[in-house]
Amino acid sequence: MTDAALTLSDVRFTWPGRGGFTLSCPDFRLAQGERLLLLGPSGSGKSTFLSLACGIVTADAGKVSVGGTDLGALRSGARDGFRAEHFGLIFQQFNLLPYASVADNILLPLRFAPARRARATNAGAGGARAEAARLCAALTLPDGVMAMPAGRLSVGQQQRVAVARALIGQPPLIVADEPTSALDAAAQDVFLGLLFDQAATAGSSLLMVSHDDRLGARFDRVLRLDEIAATARGVAA
Amino acid sequence: MILRLAIGSLLARGLTVGMTVLAIALSVGLFVGVEKVRTGARDSFADTISGTDLIVGARSGSVQLLLYSVFRIGNATNNVTWESYLDIAARPEVDWIVPISLGDSHRQFRVMGTTQAFFERYRYRGGRALEMAQGHGLDDLYDAVIGADVAATLGYSVGDPIVVSHGLASFTDHADQPFRVAGIVARTGTPVDRTVIVSLEAIEAIHVDWQGGAQVPGRRTPVEAIREMDLTPTAITAALVGTESRLQIFGLQRWINTYPEEPLLAVLPGVALQELWQIVGVAETALVAVSAMVVVTALLGMMAMILSSLNERRREMAIWRAMGARPVTILGLLVLEAALMAALGALLGMALLYGALAMARPWIDASFGIWLPIDPPSAREVWVLASVIGGAALASLLPALRAYRMSLADGMMVRI
Ligand SMILES: Nc1ncnc2c1ncn2[C@@H]1O[C@H](COP(=O)(O)OP(=O)(O)OP(=O)(O)O)[C@@H](O)[C@H]1O
Ligand SMILES: [Mg+2]
Repeated sequence: MTDAALTLSDVRFTWPGRGGFTLSCPDFRLAQGERLLLLGPSGSGKSTFLSLACGIVTADAGKVSVGGTDLGALRSGARDGFRAEHFGLIFQQFNLLPYASVADNILLPLRFAPARRARATNAGAGGARAEAARLCAALTLPDGVMAMPAGRLSVGQQQRVAVARALIGQPPLIVADEPTSALDAAAQDVFLGLLFDQAATAGSSLLMVSHDDRLGARFDRVLRLDEIAATARGVAA
Repeated sequence: MILRLAIGSLLARGLTVGMTVLAIALSVGLFVGVEKVRTGARDSFADTISGTDLIVGARSGSVQLLLYSVFRIGNATNNVTWESYLDIAARPEVDWIVPISLGDSHRQFRVMGTTQAFFERYRYRGGRALEMAQGHGLDDLYDAVIGADVAATLGYSVGDPIVVSHGLASFTDHADQPFRVAGIVARTGTPVDRTVIVSLEAIEAIHVDWQGGAQVPGRRTPVEAIREMDLTPTAITAALVGTESRLQIFGLQRWINTYPEEPLLAVLPGVALQELWQIVGVAETALVAVSAMVVVTALLGMMAMILSSLNERRREMAIWRAMGARPVTILGLLVLEAALMAALGALLGMALLYGALAMARPWIDASFGIWLPIDPPSAREVWVLASVIGGAALASLLPALRAYRMSLADGMMVRI
């Protein structure tokens, strides 16, 4: 059996501060190339789970490993670099630096990920910038969008730029935190179609969270957060 | 790319950043401006007299002697008798000696009685001699030679009549003996520009009918009679002395300072200037300190601006972190932004300063007799600019550390 894209085992995490929110996840596994949707109501700890998965916060106990690497074993600087190399991240909204151009936004993670930059540069003629332009075109962003400040785009366009940024350099894992919640139903459909196509082209696994169970049909697997993790509030106060 | 993004982020907050940069620019301009005026004033003072080995006057303070004899600031408390003057002039060490007699005025300008030797011996700015812009020197008893400022301010040209007033701020004129402008000295940037020069004999002549500082009532000696009189002065205010050899300066100085007939004082102009700087130094230091505080205030303002912007930029920081930027990178980013603002402010401040200098220079020269040079920034000024930028980076460390901690604690979902 090949390494899983992402595994969590016996993980426990508590947000610092009084009455901190605690999440524990005994066992979770995401296979390579798998598309998984994680459902849960607002405040149930979905974003906390994703933060743990991509090492923005570190588990108090247990082990999070990505492609066989134990995140907890990395020093914090190395973990940041590792995240840049292995994860494409898409948030709910306000994904982009509004003052920077679309191109700079897409290329930003490459700044911290040399291997990913090399992949993006070698993806075709013209280097990383051409690859960014190709992704924009594939995501049906209008021509000439690359030089525009990201803050000028519509919300849907910004989300697609965020997808391009997540996909550039083909990171093995795409993590999306409710990327469609700001879009209407039709736009959601188009958006997910594009995301799936491009993730498949790049060969990336996809871990997406949402509170909207209508999206489930298009994924390989759908889980509810409470099936894989127990949450508590104020336990460790 | 990071630099480009930092600049983009600054531009996006154009107004607040602009105000901060302006505050830094003004403070830097003020600080360097104070420096420039300070050194300019020093140089201009030091340039006022050169080639004179000793200044001799009645015994008082050496700074006082320097100020009244060379800079026409303040007054002599006592005179030097003509006999003492002749004794000094007769010393073998003395190469040349120029007597100076002060005490009268014309409008706001002082009148100085001296001899033709003044025009030959007086040197300024590293040995430059006086030159006539118009006319000639003192030929006739009632000839006056005026400085460039006198001519410009009062609109005089050669041939115009001048009436000398008695004392410095008095309403009694020597109206019965008018002078004639014989020549105008080319601009020197020294107090000579603001002086009316007449002969020693003329000073005697206008005081023929005066006794003890008041005109003798009813006495009016006709000009023709005065021209026939012996107009050798009885006293002078001070004298400039040049020695045969520099080695003799101290010997001559000692001789004058221990002159038994009359308490006299001889000072080396350079030494007296040094003493003057020591007195002025305190005020200078205070001025520099105040303008340095203004720079510090501007930097504190920048710090407050960065701190208050942190909350609205939390999202931005979270994006950087999620993209793989380390907290140290966030810290570096904020420090870089601060350094950029300070650098821009420093450059703008220098530009403002040079602009202001170019415009105000003629006015400063006219009002204070200080000609400020427009030089490229001195090493000291470059150092000041560098420390402003360094100080800004340092001041930004506090907000940057806060951002660092925030970005560690926030995780990837910042609520807005
Ligand atoms: N940065 C933080 N610091 C401290 N506590 C936090 C932080 N982020 C989240 N929490 C706590 O974790 C709990 C779960 O929040 P989380 O954002 O994971 O929920 P969510 O399922 O993503 O909700 P939503 O659907 O609204 O995004 C919150 O109630 C909050 O108390
Ligand atoms: Mg969330």
